[in-house]
Amino acid sequence: MSTSSITATETRAPRAGSWWSRHERRFFPYVLLIPFLITLVVFTAWPAIDSFRLSFHKVRNLQSEREYVGLANYERLLTKDKRFRTAIVNGAEFALGTAFLQMPLALAVALALNSAVVRFKTMARLAFFAPYITSAIVVAWIFTLIYFKQSYGLLNGLLAQFGVEPVYWLSKDLAMPSLIVLGLWTWVGHHSLYFLAGLQAVPEELKESARIDGANGWQLFRNVTLPFLRPIFIFVILTGSIGSFSLFSQPYLLFESGSGPLDAGLFPLMYLFFMGFRDNTRMGYASAIGYLLTLIILAITAVQLLLIRMWKV
Amino acid sequence: MGALTRILRPETRITSGGERHSPSKIAVLNVLVIFGVVITVLPYVYMVTASFRTQGELYSLPVTIFPREWTDANYLKLFNDTEFVRWYGNTIWVAGLRTLLGVYFAAAAGYAFAKFDFRFKRFLFFTVLATLILPFHVLLIPLFVMMADFGWVDNYLAIIVPGLVSAFNIFLMRQYTESVPNELLDAARIDGASEFGIFHRIVLPLVRPGLGVVAILTFVQTWNDFLWPLIVLHDSSKYLLSIGIATMDGPYDVEVGAIMAASFLSTVPILVIFVLMQRQIIAGLTRGAIRG
Repeated sequence: MSTSSITATETRAPRAGSWWSRHERRFFPYVLLIPFLITLVVFTAWPAIDSFRLSFHKVRNLQSEREYVGLANYERLLTKDKRFRTAIVNGAEFALGTAFLQMPLALAVALALNSAVVRFKTMARLAFFAPYITSAIVVAWIFTLIYFKQSYGLLNGLLAQFGVEPVYWLSKDLAMPSLIVLGLWTWVGHHSLYFLAGLQAVPEELKESARIDGANGWQLFRNVTLPFLRPIFIFVILTGSIGSFSLFSQPYLLFESGSGPLDAGLFPLMYLFFMGFRDNTRMGYASAIGYLLTLIILAITAVQLLLIRMWKV
Repeated sequence: MGALTRILRPETRITSGGERHSPSKIAVLNVLVIFGVVITVLPYVYMVTASFRTQGELYSLPVTIFPREWTDANYLKLFNDTEFVRWYGNTIWVAGLRTLLGVYFAAAAGYAFAKFDFRFKRFLFFTVLATLILPFHVLLIPLFVMMADFGWVDNYLAIIVPGLVSAFNIFLMRQYTESVPNELLDAARIDGASEFGIFHRIVLPLVRPGLGVVAILTFVQTWNDFLWPLIVLHDSSKYLLSIGIATMDGPYDVEVGAIMAASFLSTVPILVIFVLMQRQIIAGLTRGAIRG
């Protein structure tokens, strides 16, 4: 506005027309960011703060008054709530299954897809990736049919051909292995693409010179290829373990909108949903679950980043 | 790379072309990959064939790969006895609109972060990264309370608006926009183009590959999302495919054949998009991870 007082002619010049056209360049980035800023403040920052406050309150339902209870929600979750503990243990088991089964398998698939002698690679890549973009609900329904406890379930039906009695795949003891297998089917292909991208980032010259220096296949893999895969390992383990604690759709549907026999299929996010929405409207308690879950995820992230840093390849 | 390497190169090419596998090893490797593909594809095959099987066959032995008797009863039941067609339409337009808006806003924010210097830029970009780490489930309860306050329960605004401008997409678009030459933008400014004109007519066309990736990811994510729609959509005529299919065995008392038919039909568009665009999707997804 200050410039208008200098010369009247300048402001009347056609190019310098409106206030906006003179300040356009300075303010344009903010204009570009308006939608982001609004959604950030209204739908992320504010709810995150509100949720934090809620976690120190007791709230019976949407309309009721919030009653301040201090750390009571957290205390109860950590010391008394057996279901929460079960959910955490299940999440951890699934995360371990991810780390020790999905990762090596995904790496193996990536190595195979990167090999010059394997054929139909494009087709194989398509097939391996498809489960990841298939709706979790569809996956869960297909696996419901696969795991049917009756003899005509797909798996039991196949086993019946060998005279094996029907197995209850979603029983208390088998629920977790069955879920881990579902996880393998869903995510191995997805992770393998990340490993594949990592493998393709290894410069040919480096491999070549290592070969000339007399490195054998294993040494080559261990000392040349593996270091390039480090960021991929971090990424896959991190997303895998975060995903394990927030697993919801697949177990929810597989166990018929429940948590499975004796909570064998109960996961933290599912428990939050039951507490906050389905069985109860204990919103303060559910918020505390959400924040504890976030803390756990942050802790896992920190520990894994430390471990990876210590793991000097 | 030392001089030795360069001298030896022509020789080593012959031995180190990666083909030093024995024929039996090659065969084993190929068989393993094919086995993996079969294991991966089999559940899909079963989904499709189950949708054409009669009820009696689905509940009897032996389990065969192809139906003993083909039937369209499951599809008829799906179209006549459930609101499947309606859910399909709902999902298409909700996912489509969310994708259009999401892509545009992500491109705008990505452009701002890539090509402008402004106050609070670093702080704002840090918040983008922070929201990448923040798990969505922390927000579930207060967001739902907010939706109830806004009167957005059973309203698609609740699906479209809250997660519209995702941090991941902004991050991706910033990376794509960085490769746009600054000279081009400056030349346009000298020619008297407005900032909006530059964004619309120069930047957007140049970052089209990035727009494509963000569009597909947003569309697929909206198409498949389950928990949030389950929380905010209660009226069955408003359902999206994922909730509709998840609840089909309940109120509609539909048998698995029809559920498989619904699963199949709802998966087709996603798989088609993926087959057509797989290169871009994979490049976009893995872009961030490799750079660490």
